[in-house]
Amino acid sequence: MFRSLFALLRRDLTLALRRPQDALTVVGFFVVVVSLFPLGIGPDPEFLRSLAPGVLWVAALLAVMLSLERLFSDDYRDGTLEQMLLVPEPLGLLVLTKTFAHWLITGLPLVLISPLLAVQLNLRVDEIVMLMFALLLGTPILSLIGSIGAALTLGLRGGGVLIALLILPLYVPPLILGAGAVDAVMHGASAQAHLSLLGAMMVFALFATPWATAAAVRIMLD
Amino acid sequence: MSERSIQWFRFTAPANFYDLAGRLIPWFAALTIALFAVGLYLGLVVAPPDYQQGDSYRIMYIHVPTAWMGMFLYVLMAVYAAIGLIWRIKMAEIMAKAIAPTGALMTFFALWTGALWGRPTWGVYWVWDARLTSMLILLFLYLGYMALHAAIDDRQRASNASAVLAMVGVVNVPIIYFSVQWWNTLHQGASITVTDAPTMATIMFVTLLIMTLAAWMYSIAVVLARARIEVLERERKATWVRERLETES
Amino acid sequence: MPRLSNIDSEPRGNVTVESFGLADRTLRAVDLAAERGERRLFEHLHFTLSPGHLLQVSGRNGSGKTSLLRIISGLSRATHGEVFWGEERIRAVDGGTGSCLGYLGHHNALKEDLTAQENILFAVRLGGGTPNADSAISMLERLGLAGYEDLPARFLSQGQKRRVALARLLLQRRPIWILDEPYAALDVQVIDVLRHSIETHLAERGMIVITTHQAVDIDGDCHNLHLG
Repeated sequence: MFRSLFALLRRDLTLALRRPQDALTVVGFFVVVVSLFPLGIGPDPEFLRSLAPGVLWVAALLAVMLSLERLFSDDYRDGTLEQMLLVPEPLGLLVLTKTFAHWLITGLPLVLISPLLAVQLNLRVDEIVMLMFALLLGTPILSLIGSIGAALTLGLRGGGVLIALLILPLYVPPLILGAGAVDAVMHGASAQAHLSLLGAMMVFALFATPWATAAAVRIMLD
Repeated sequence: MSERSIQWFRFTAPANFYDLAGRLIPWFAALTIALFAVGLYLGLVVAPPDYQQGDSYRIMYIHVPTAWMGMFLYVLMAVYAAIGLIWRIKMAEIMAKAIAPTGALMTFFALWTGALWGRPTWGVYWVWDARLTSMLILLFLYLGYMALHAAIDDRQRASNASAVLAMVGVVNVPIIYFSVQWWNTLHQGASITVTDAPTMATIMFVTLLIMTLAAWMYSIAVVLARARIEVLERERKATWVRERLETES
Repeated sequence: MPRLSNIDSEPRGNVTVESFGLADRTLRAVDLAAERGERRLFEHLHFTLSPGHLLQVSGRNGSGKTSLLRIISGLSRATHGEVFWGEERIRAVDGGTGSCLGYLGHHNALKEDLTAQENILFAVRLGGGTPNADSAISMLERLGLAGYEDLPARFLSQGQKRRVALARLLLQRRPIWILDEPYAALDVQVIDVLRHSIETHLAERGMIVITTHQAVDIDGDCHNLHLG
């Protein structure tokens, strides 16, 4: 069973490596959006520092959302998604595997590049560590919830914009918790509650979202 | 027991629904008007002004019922959507679709009156209060549901896909609500919490109850009317539709 | 052209009846009905397909041929009725619908950035099979794609892609084949290859449901189902 899931993971990663520009575009978007903020709100270091958690999280959230459209649409267009419905494995596990691959390709690079942007916004070392940790816990949630939206908009005109409307309201809890964790460290408070809730949310999303996504894929291919 | 289940199935048959709803709608509409008239009279004339907020609190008689309806209708919509998706009952799909615009309207009214109430109370139209923020996100959820429904051409697929979205939404609503509330308590400085009047005069309570009933009756009437049109559209090729339309014209 | 004769020189039936192990099962459709949009495509559709038989579905465009094939494959839900594989419902076959049927639709289901060989090996692995690079290469050779196995699929012509998809279908070794317009965009040469594969599959007591515009004479037990 794990062999076929592993095969799928390997295929998606191979495809991403052969077309690295897709993943790089997402990282580029993240960097550009964060860099635009100081131009819009002024260079005052303290002010930027206080806005940094929210800015970084909103930018990461938008970057993930932007990449979601590609999650299933390529497989949908060339017919491989159809073939996946015929595979012995439960569709839920297959979409979970694809979502994991998607996170490795888009979410993880965001986590890795975030310290650089955090330095630009004058965050201190302990805040940067917390930011990376919160993003590490939070970006999988974004990918998991996003996979539902990606599946629901398969084959629709203007799917990308529609994903935003469907998914962004659902991104409120991870945004609050993730940005809040960094904020807490900034104000000398403990971020443990934030991280615990974020972790709980990730576990819940891990178990719940693949089935919703699988149902959505079946409906859109029906 | 068996008789009851037969009646239930009669109600789910589109033709019977169409007839029954047609007979019920005028009653619900009349009740809506009567209850609104009584409620507004009690709320604007009879009920005394609040000792702290003066007359401005009276907007509560619109704000609270619409906020309740907005939240309740979302849950109801998700329940109907789930029934339609799992048991493939067409009437449930139609009801879910018909509820969405009314729910969105109620939520919008709650936000609008909330902003109007906020001006005299807090001095600004909008504060990022936990309840207002949650209602705003609820409005987005309604808009997403309607947008997805409209974006899919195939009727069956549109119903099924938006049903999944409604179910995901209804699971998320409490999570969103609690996270927003938590966020709000952490950022105390920015907001002023609204306290419910701890002792509410009986007349205020009765008025609120009547206005809530009025909002209910309005929602039922409008949703049934919308569902009736949807039934006609879906079944436009069926013989019963032709019969009904001929007798009505 | 010379590679085509390769196929003919292959001994028939290197995949034996026993290798499917399901030769006594039939594919049955019971009282099927389907709708697309608001339109009823067909209703009260029954058929039983026995091992070694082929069902050709014909009808004009929009008569529901593709819908029927997707319902048989378990990809779409029928408005009414059920498809059975033996006694099991096709959507709930033990081990997944894909364990009993191979589906070749309008799309070739090939990844443009993967080579022909990678595409085939991935499909076999995903289906839970053990990949064997040698058998994949020899299958591609049999279908006249020797020397193309390491080329990304995007450099292949439409006909060549179809052949890769066909090679995948042959290697998956499913008792039922569902083929939707398999002859579309194929040159004469490949049509011969495909016809030969179909005949071999039937001879091995496989079953085929096929839609096609052209009349293709196939040596075997063929039945016709006309829609519309």
